[in-house]
Amino acid sequence: MALLELENVVASYGAIEVLHGVSLAVEERSVVAMLGANGAGKTTTLRAISGRVKTYGVIRFDGRAISGLAAEEVARRGIAHVPEGRGTLAQLTVLENLQMGACLRHDRAGIKKDLDLVYEYFPWMPARRSQTAALLSGGEQQMLAIARALMMRPRLLLLDEPSLGLAPNVLRSIFAIIAQLNRDQGVTVLLVEQNARAALRVADQAYVLEVGEIAVSGTGAELAQNESVRRSYLGY
Amino acid sequence: MATELLLAASVQGVIQQLVFGIATGGLYASLALALVLIYRAMETLNFAQGEMATFTTFIAFSLLTYLHLPYFVVFPATVVIAVLGGILVERVIIRPVERAPVITLVLVTLGLFAIFNGLSGLIWGYVVRPFPSPFPTTPVFVGGVGISYQDLGLIGVSTIVLVLIWLLFSRTRIGLMMRAAALYPESSRLLGVRVGWMLALGWGLAAGVGAVSGMMVAPITVLDPNLMQSVLLYAFVAAVLGGIDSPVGAVVGGLAVGVVLALVGTYLPAVQDLRLVFGFLVIILVLLVKPGGLFGHEHVERV
Repeated sequence: MALLELENVVASYGAIEVLHGVSLAVEERSVVAMLGANGAGKTTTLRAISGRVKTYGVIRFDGRAISGLAAEEVARRGIAHVPEGRGTLAQLTVLENLQMGACLRHDRAGIKKDLDLVYEYFPWMPARRSQTAALLSGGEQQMLAIARALMMRPRLLLLDEPSLGLAPNVLRSIFAIIAQLNRDQGVTVLLVEQNARAALRVADQAYVLEVGEIAVSGTGAELAQNESVRRSYLGY
Repeated sequence: MATELLLAASVQGVIQQLVFGIATGGLYASLALALVLIYRAMETLNFAQGEMATFTTFIAFSLLTYLHLPYFVVFPATVVIAVLGGILVERVIIRPVERAPVITLVLVTLGLFAIFNGLSGLIWGYVVRPFPSPFPTTPVFVGGVGISYQDLGLIGVSTIVLVLIWLLFSRTRIGLMMRAAALYPESSRLLGVRVGWMLALGWGLAAGVGAVSGMMVAPITVLDPNLMQSVLLYAFVAAVLGGIDSPVGAVVGGLAVGVVLALVGTYLPAVQDLRLVFGFLVIILVLLVKPGGLFGHEHVERV
């Protein structure tokens, strides 16, 4: 059984229906990428999962329905959502941002261990832990967002366009870290990306979303070979 | 000789007035801090903050007068009642309009103002009541300057309140969660924070601080349903002067307002009656010249 399952999920903002019946599955310990053009409904799919938009249809996490739960309750079940705009707690310090990630945990030793782990992944962080998060660059804020989500010890990590606005070398290191997290920590990742090339390189499974529906799905390698995907999203 | 005496007397007088100003300023600072706590979470002023404090002070009065409980029991009991009451008010009255526009929230807190003021009058009447002070009224002499225990006590209580709140927000996890929930409700939800409950805790905390100020103000003036109205006004002045979203600003603003009022009261008796006008003038001037106040946040952002 997949860790996360969506069955015919419909979502709308007011009268405008954005998702017209999306079904997908995310296996435990896998990286799944969702590709698609602007406005295809990628962000809305993530918002539907994390309870930030009203939905119809079934969303199951770890075998239990989570549709209709408030965002904070979904988070408490182990889903960490790094939203568009990165959700930086800008006026708080870097360390406080990380502590907020772990704010519901009671295993002191585990928190300490995860903080060390985060500092290992992002070696620039310890020296700047007392700095206000607002002063970080876009790339650093993206790394902080991922680090904060890790501090939650989530079972599923939802990432919304981690590449947005990043320089190519920063983008490469972010994707390298995502792959490493999945491999070494066993974190399951559902990734929304416009940068199809980078996403397909790390993805075990991928879906292409077109105007609110799944158009193509397959393994990352299959989609990278797929003629129409290549033409539309990879540009060659 | 005569001028030396006069000089000595005036120096003592200034010191006495400064101490008095800091003491009353501490009261303004505490209530201003309560306003700032709510403002940061809701971006609106709680106009009922003073009336809630008055109401809880009346509860303390009843516990003292009718149940004959000792002061040292009544004081903490009242603070606890106030905190629970604040949480209850938020959950029952504010929660349904939590996401409403600011103007709705302002109207709701104005409604609460009327409700609590009316309830105090209805239950305890509009007669003035004496309220005991925990501090002796006799002065203590420090280097020849007579300072009242009352003033020193007020300074002590305000300091304790402010330090406790500072510790809560800077050193504890729940304080960090309250700050995050107030500033970034959506991001905090994604981290699993029950933002609504954080807001309720904020109301409880503000009500607790208000209760302490109420019990400190009542012995100086007298207890009646309008006890906190002028204090609340000066707390507004303090909060705006310090920067409405800045806790440090609220404290500095409160002390500044207290000291200025004390000095004006003594040395410019002619304009004493214009104190309220002075208060509004400060609000207008701050909003015109430096809307962020002395310590208000300039929005730092980098994209």
